[in-house]
Amino acid sequence: MSETANEREVMEYDIIIVGAGPAGLACAIRLKQLKPDMMVAVIEKGAEVGAHILSGAVIEPGALDELLPGWLDNPPPVCIPVADDEIAFLTATSKRKIPTPPQQRNHGNFIVSLGALCAWMAPQAEDLGVDIFPGYAAAGIRYTDDGAVGGVIIGDMGVNREGQPKDTYMQGIEIHAPLTVLAEGSRGHLSKELITKYKLDQDSDPQAYGVGIKELWQVAPGKCKPGTVQHSIGWPLDTSTYGGSFIYHMDKDRIAVGFVCALDYSDPEFSPFEAFQQFKHHPSVKPLFEGGEILSGGARTIVEGGAQSLPKIEMPGALLIGDAAGLLNLPKIKGTHQAIRSGTLAANHVVETGGGRGFDTTLRESPIFKELHKVRNIRPGFNKGLWRGLITAGIETITAGKLPRTLHNHADHSSLIKLQDMQTIERPWVERDLAPRDRLASVYFATTDHDEDQPIHLQILDPEVCTTRCGEEYNYPCTRFCPAEVYEMIDDPDTKAGKRLQINAANCVHCKTCDIKDPYQIINWVTPEGGAGPNYQNL
Amino acid sequence: MKILVGIKRVIDYNVRIRVKSDGSGVETDGVKMSINPFDEIALEEALRIREAGNADEVIVVSLGGNECQQQLRTGLAMGADRAIQVDSAESLQPLTIARAFLKLVEKEQAGLVMLGKQAIDGDNSQTAQMLAALWGRPQATFASAVELSGNKAMVTREVDAGLERIEVDLPAVISVDLRLNEPRFVKLPDIMKAKRKPLEVIPVEDLGVAPENDLQFTSHTPPPVREKGIMVEDAAQLVAELKTRGLL
Repeated sequence: MSETANEREVMEYDIIIVGAGPAGLACAIRLKQLKPDMMVAVIEKGAEVGAHILSGAVIEPGALDELLPGWLDNPPPVCIPVADDEIAFLTATSKRKIPTPPQQRNHGNFIVSLGALCAWMAPQAEDLGVDIFPGYAAAGIRYTDDGAVGGVIIGDMGVNREGQPKDTYMQGIEIHAPLTVLAEGSRGHLSKELITKYKLDQDSDPQAYGVGIKELWQVAPGKCKPGTVQHSIGWPLDTSTYGGSFIYHMDKDRIAVGFVCALDYSDPEFSPFEAFQQFKHHPSVKPLFEGGEILSGGARTIVEGGAQSLPKIEMPGALLIGDAAGLLNLPKIKGTHQAIRSGTLAANHVVETGGGRGFDTTLRESPIFKELHKVRNIRPGFNKGLWRGLITAGIETITAGKLPRTLHNHADHSSLIKLQDMQTIERPWVERDLAPRDRLASVYFATTDHDEDQPIHLQILDPEVCTTRCGEEYNYPCTRFCPAEVYEMIDDPDTKAGKRLQINAANCVHCKTCDIKDPYQIINWVTPEGGAGPNYQNL
Repeated sequence: MKILVGIKRVIDYNVRIRVKSDGSGVETDGVKMSINPFDEIALEEALRIREAGNADEVIVVSLGGNECQQQLRTGLAMGADRAIQVDSAESLQPLTIARAFLKLVEKEQAGLVMLGKQAIDGDNSQTAQMLAALWGRPQATFASAVELSGNKAMVTREVDAGLERIEVDLPAVISVDLRLNEPRFVKLPDIMKAKRKPLEVIPVEDLGVAPENDLQFTSHTPPPVREKGIMVEDAAQLVAELKTRGLL
C-alpha cells in the first residue's frame, strides 16, 4: 500500500467482485472453495450485506445444492417450502384462477427473503477467507494503461453538495485486480459504462426491464398460509402493459406482496407505484392486509430481456454475471438460481483457465443460457398485448422454444407515446385506505438514508429538456415512474418555463427505473456515498 | 495515558423499531446493528486526544456476547489500539456494567474513561455516573468540548440552561454529547488492519462481577398510533371541532 499527495491508496487482490448479491457471493464462495489461497474481495454499496437486496422471492434450490451442499441443514433465516401454487387473472372486480404454466410450478422451491439469504451467504464466504466490504461503493472503473479493466475506484466520502471536501473527507482507494467481476444486479452503473465502452451489446437486442415494488407485511393472525404462492396478471394493468403481482405467504404471519410492471409501457401518465397500490385494493386481495402493518418495503428493477438481450459478458479484465449480465428467467419469474449458477460458473471458468477469457462462450454453452434460449420468445410476445402474448407463451411452451424464430426486444426508454398521439387511458382507480398513503410514506418503510450534504447522485445531463420538451411531450413522467418520489416539478415563477425540477436524491431506493425509463436518456444514476441508500429488512 | 472507551452494540438508528407481538421485547431478528452513535463520538474524541499526543493507547470495551465483536472490530478499524470483550450471555444492567468497567479501569490503570452520554436503545444515561461514583473520581457528563492539559480536563457540558464549563482532575469519566465531533469514516485498508489487532475476551465472572437484576422488564408497548386527521375550512370550524372533542 502506498500513499502520496495525488495518488490514491491501493489495495491489491486477485479478483475484485462488485456487489454482494447472490451472484457475487456465489462467485466468491466458489473461488475460495476451489483455490483457497486466491485473494478475493467483494465490494458492496449497501451499509450491510442484504440492505440493497429486494426480490420476491421464490427460488429453485438446485444452484444452492451445487454451491453449498447440505445448505438446508443450516438454512437461511427465511426459508419456507412452497406448499401451494396459484395463478389468477384479475378484472377490476373478479378473480379467475387459470392453469399454472409449467415454468411457474413451484413444487420443490422455497420462499425466501433474498436479502436475508445474502446476509446468510456472506459469513460463509468470510469463513472461506473472502474479504467483504459493505458500506463502500465502487464509484468508478480503474483502467490499465492498455485499456483493460484493472479494478475499481472506491467513492470518496465526506464530499459536500458542491463537490468540496468536508472535515470528514476521506479519499476513496483503488482496488487493483487482474480480474473484476461485475455483479451489480439490474442496470449496474459500472456495468452500463462498460457495456457502452466495449460495445458489448452491439450484437444483442436492447435490454428490457421491469420495475418491481414490494412490501413485507405482518398480517392479522389466521390470514397467512405459509408456503402459499399466488401470482396474478390482468387488472390493474391495461392489456397493452405487461406485468403482474406476487403474494408469498411466509412464516410468523408475514406476507410478501409485490407488483412488477414492464418498463416498456407506453402511457406517460402511468404510475407503477399507483398500480401496485391499486392491486392491493382488489376485492380478492385487500382483506389479506386489513388489520396488518408494513414491516419493510422498497423497489428494484429486474432484467427481462433474456437470451436475445444478453450482451457479450466478457471484456478485457472483467466479466458480467447475474442480473448485471441479464440472466433472469422471466417466464419463471426467477433470477436467483441463474445468478448463483453464473457466479459459480464464472469461478469454475476462472480457476480452470486462469482468467476470464472465453467465459462468454462457456456461459452460452451452459444450462444457464439454454434455459433462457428455450423461453426467449415469451416476453417479446407480449409486446403486442396481453392476449397475443399469452398465445405466444402457449405456443413457445408447447414447442419448448424449438420454433426457428426469435422475437425481438426494444429499448424501454423509446416506448412512451407522446401526449398528443396518446388516447387517454381511463384508469378508474379506487380510493385507497391501506398503507402506505403515498410514495413518501412508502419510502419510510425502505428506511433509506443519504447524507443530504453530498453531490446529487442523479445526474441530469441536459436540464433544459426537462422543463421544455419533456413537459410538452410527456408531462414529466419522471414524477410518476419513480417509486420513491425523487423527482418533483416545482412551480417557480423566476424560471422561463415557470417550473423547475427538484431532485429529492435522499429518497432514492437505488432501483434504477429513472436511468432506464427516462425517454431522453438524460438521467444518469451514479452511486452516492458508500453505505447510503435503503436499509431493507428481509426483502 | 490509557483511555478506555465503552461501545455498545445497539439497533441501528435508521431501523424502525418494532415491539414484538407478545410484548416481550423489541424485534431484533434480521435487524441492522451498529455502535451506539454517542459511543462512536466518544471513540472519535479519544482517538483525537491520542493523535494530539495526550494519550498513548485507546482501548475499546464492549459487554455482551460474541456478536459485539463486530462493533469492537469497527472500533479497531476507526483506530483504537486494542479491544476487550467482557463476555456475558445475558443482557447486563447499568450498575453491573459500571462495576465491570471499574475492574477494567483498575486492571488497565486507565487515566480516562470515555462513554456515550446514553445508549439509544435503553436511554438510561447511568453507566458513566455510576462508574464515577464507584471509582471515586470526577465526572463530566454531556460533553460538547473537551480540552486536556496536564492532568486536568476542561469540559464544556450541554445543560438545560446552556453551556457549562467545568475543570476536572484526571483520572475521570467523561460522557459525550452529540455535538462534540463528527466521527471519521473508516478507511478500507484499516478494516484489514483491524483484523490483526488484539481482541481480548474476558468472561464477566472472571472480573469478579456478578450480574444483578435489580430491574425487571414487565412489558413493552409501542407508542399509540396517530389517528387520522381532518382538514378544517376555517378557524371557526377548528374551534368547533376542538370543542366537540372536549379539547377546548
